[in-house]
Amino acid sequence: MNTQPGIIEPSFLEHKGKYKGLFSWIFSTDHKRIALLYLFSILSFFAVGATLGLLMKFELIAPGRTIMSAQAYNAFFTLHGIVMIFAVVIPGLPAVFGNFLLPIMIGAKDVAFPRINLLSWYLYVTGVSLVLVSQFAGQGPPDTGWTFYAPYSFRTTGNMLPAVFGAFVLGFSSILTGLNFLVTMHRMRAPGMTWLKMPLFPWTLYATGWVQLLATPIIGITLLMIVAERTLHIGFFDPTLGGDPLLYQHLFWTYSHPAVYIMILPAMGAISEIITTFSHKTIFGYKFMVVSALAIAFVGYFVWGHHMFTSGMSGTALYTFSLLTFLVAIPSAVKVFNWISTMHEGSLDLQTPFYWAIAFIFVFMIGGFSGLILGSLAANVHLHNTHFVVAHFHFIVFGGTGFAFFGAMHYWYPKITGRMYDTRWANIGLILFFIGFITLYGPMFYLGFKGMPRRYYDYDEVFHAGNIISSMGSWVLYSGLAIIVINLFASLRNGLLAPADPWGGKTLEWTIPSPPPVENFDEIPVITKGPYDYK
Amino acid sequence: MENEKNHIIPYRTFLYVLALLITLTLTSVAITRIYLGTLTVMLALLIAAFKSSFVLRIFMHLKFEKRMFSFALIAVVLILCVVILITFLDYLYR
Amino acid sequence: MNMTPEIHRDDLTSKTGMWFFLFTEMLLFGGLFIVYSIYRFRNPVAFHLAAHELSIPIGTINTIILLISSTTIAMSITAIQKKAKKLALLLIGITILLGLAFLVNKYFEWGKHLKENIYPGSPVLALRGQGDVLFYGLYFFMTGLHALHIIVGLIFICVITSMIYRDKINYDNFVLLENSGLYWHLVDLIWIFLFPLFYLIT
Repeated sequence: MNTQPGIIEPSFLEHKGKYKGLFSWIFSTDHKRIALLYLFSILSFFAVGATLGLLMKFELIAPGRTIMSAQAYNAFFTLHGIVMIFAVVIPGLPAVFGNFLLPIMIGAKDVAFPRINLLSWYLYVTGVSLVLVSQFAGQGPPDTGWTFYAPYSFRTTGNMLPAVFGAFVLGFSSILTGLNFLVTMHRMRAPGMTWLKMPLFPWTLYATGWVQLLATPIIGITLLMIVAERTLHIGFFDPTLGGDPLLYQHLFWTYSHPAVYIMILPAMGAISEIITTFSHKTIFGYKFMVVSALAIAFVGYFVWGHHMFTSGMSGTALYTFSLLTFLVAIPSAVKVFNWISTMHEGSLDLQTPFYWAIAFIFVFMIGGFSGLILGSLAANVHLHNTHFVVAHFHFIVFGGTGFAFFGAMHYWYPKITGRMYDTRWANIGLILFFIGFITLYGPMFYLGFKGMPRRYYDYDEVFHAGNIISSMGSWVLYSGLAIIVINLFASLRNGLLAPADPWGGKTLEWTIPSPPPVENFDEIPVITKGPYDYK
Repeated sequence: MENEKNHIIPYRTFLYVLALLITLTLTSVAITRIYLGTLTVMLALLIAAFKSSFVLRIFMHLKFEKRMFSFALIAVVLILCVVILITFLDYLYR
Repeated sequence: MNMTPEIHRDDLTSKTGMWFFLFTEMLLFGGLFIVYSIYRFRNPVAFHLAAHELSIPIGTINTIILLISSTTIAMSITAIQKKAKKLALLLIGITILLGLAFLVNKYFEWGKHLKENIYPGSPVLALRGQGDVLFYGLYFFMTGLHALHIIVGLIFICVITSMIYRDKINYDNFVLLENSGLYWHLVDLIWIFLFPLFYLIT
């Protein structure tokens, strides 16, 4: 077991390989370096998406034109959605923390296909670049929303092809990541680590991997069909040629709903890791946590129609999708119950990652409950396409995946960087962020319920007050975010050196130095106990 | 299975399977000449599925691989079928 | 139980990766089968009549061509295992030739339609009615995507051929040949379903 910080071997950060400087990073097949390449790219694009959001909220602080035209607003919310969904939250936890931690947590030296891992990062960068190109070339940025609904998506003069093709390439990157992780877990677990001794973060990456593998091709082919519509007028979704625009929606959401499980499952896994460690107690109901992760992934394939309740589907489809939507909430509820039960009578260590985890549970539940409201057919008629939906998905995606991402960032920061972050500034940032978050998105529930539509550049004076509060919330959120990020960067230089196991965690990453050496383990460990062997 | 490499399928087996596949192909063409209504297509698809099972089990070696692969394949096909079925719940009852 | 011996090469891992990749291809074409099934359901007569315009003989020949090519590439693995390098190369060569023959047939089939101005977006096609537009849209898109996969498959197989020639693939190390075989069989499988759905729904 390696417990000395990096004396014997240089860490992966210092390792001298075939290439030097920048090339030693962008040509590296080390899963840890690839994870950091992803982290750098994803944080950059998150900054782009967040700035777009900030500007959108500024536009909405008053009715009528504030700082941009209606056409510009459409382009803004389109790009905000594409960047946040395809470039930030879908790759998010798997590409950064999955890449860094998965091999280590199962006792492997790297993933199954390290070169394909690097390829998936190249594809990622290519895909986002194409999306950004769509902003500047041709006849103007796309204005369809990130959902590219037909027939507008093949009629609009906006620059759809690079955006659509960029999304296609990003999908391919996601597929390769999922494939890599699945094979890694099937073939490279350490001796003695049976499936049921594998920690929960890898398990959620496993469930996620199947979703990435099987759902992403559907949007791949759908995007290709949009390209065929725009270039060849093939007729699949064009009502004048016999196509059905609703079929586009079916195909789009058949991927995009499972996609939200790609976003949330690894987040739930990270939360499980954080809660067990800071409760100094094994997870309550390990097997239920495993089964519920797989159940969420499986049932999640069959609920996509709840995005289309008001679109004109048959009555049979309506109540089938509503029923399945209620069913898929059950395994998520099981997880929340088990997290709370884990904390109960645990020996709680109140650290920043734990605060993020508690905050996660709070906002995730609000997001989840609002999802059930939207899943009720009668309520949906009133709430579809209003700000209620916007509030719902920001609570559950930004609140869920976002909070888990920051929690994971702080939890694994010592392991990745070899330093401790400044706790005081981390907690100040969190508090500001949380207050900003609730202030920004909370009013949207009310605004939506009262009837304010989404994706609208203008609104009735009766919605003004709620919008002012919400927009001010975005400033508080943004400042909290800035403090968090600056703290993490500053601690790279100023932070105390971190030991191998600063938190008293029991999973394998805490048995190797901080930061880890290139091949993770001197000797592959032999596993005899379960993953959360406290007391 | 580490003794995977030692398992060799004889040439003859492949040729027998090919003969069967060609026969089935010609059968499905012949069947469509007979008018059986919607049953015709059902039958042609069933024959296609039957042909596929031989390609999968013999040519693609699934019969001799770990069961996990067959399991996964069946699950994938099942998911696709359920998605098509649910989609039809919309189109059938509009 | 998965022990991880410290070998630099792990064939089962490689094969597992290929199978998982094949699943993505199945879902990719699966999306098109969804579209096909919906539009066939909504335009049964038009699809039925349009299918008459496709040549069953050529379609059948193409089906048999792919079946034989699947057989030959599968046999080439047996040949490699039995250290019969020349036979393996011969069988793979036949596979490539058959693949090319398939593409040539496709070229003539499509050519016939193009000469009659039947192609996605053509005004002639639009005049024939919505069912025809959808049938031919699906026909060109699905067989086109399939043909693209044949081309990619042939490129893989050519690379593999060179590796066999240079003994980089041999009786002890042939997982790459198996994997390209798997890919080729998938291409065959897709056609096994495309054939009845476009040619035999008369």
